[in-house]
Amino acid sequence: MTSVIVQTAVLVLAVGSVFFTFVATVGLLRLPDLYTRAHASSKADTLGAGFGLAAVAVAFGPSRAALKVVLLIAFIYLTNPTAAHAISRAAYDQGVEPWKKEDEGGES
Amino acid sequence: MISVGSTMAAAAAAVVVLGVAVLYRVVRGPTVQDRIIAVNVLGTSTVVVIGFVAAALNRPFFLDIALVYALLNFLLSIAAAKLTIDWGDVL
Repeated sequence: MTSVIVQTAVLVLAVGSVFFTFVATVGLLRLPDLYTRAHASSKADTLGAGFGLAAVAVAFGPSRAALKVVLLIAFIYLTNPTAAHAISRAAYDQGVEPWKKEDEGGES
Repeated sequence: MISVGSTMAAAAAAVVVLGVAVLYRVVRGPTVQDRIIAVNVLGTSTVVVIGFVAAALNRPFFLDIALVYALLNFLLSIAAAKLTIDWGDVL
């Protein structure tokens, strides 16, 4: 049986994970161009994944599984912003123009 | 108090629903890189969902699958970004 503290911690971390994943989804759907979308996804989604995997680690308790989850968190924290940076840089080399305030009404 | 298993299952369901919303950007996304970013977000969400399911069903070996999925997701993003530079808009 798990204690009330563990249940509360898992609940809070899971709610945080869903909230930040929601923020990333809204940013990805509503922001105007590639670079702002990459910004939303690389930060909010990484934080959401961190919270969610922290909830998983707390749920498993001190064990080998929790160690694997910590490795997973470290790996995602390293690779997710790197991937977003690489994709944005590829887009810039391809000549994708950053969004500017002037062309309002040009809702894409 | 809500049990850990049902919390994990509900969180997994919520993240899956948000992932379906992200699919809109994969389908619509004006540039190739928009689609790649959205697929990258979907892959991260999938890793988190596999972790949630592992905790909900108490199957620790699911975490190995999540680790491999995270590695493949990173490889996909880097390879796709490199291919769009080398070959142009091939995707």
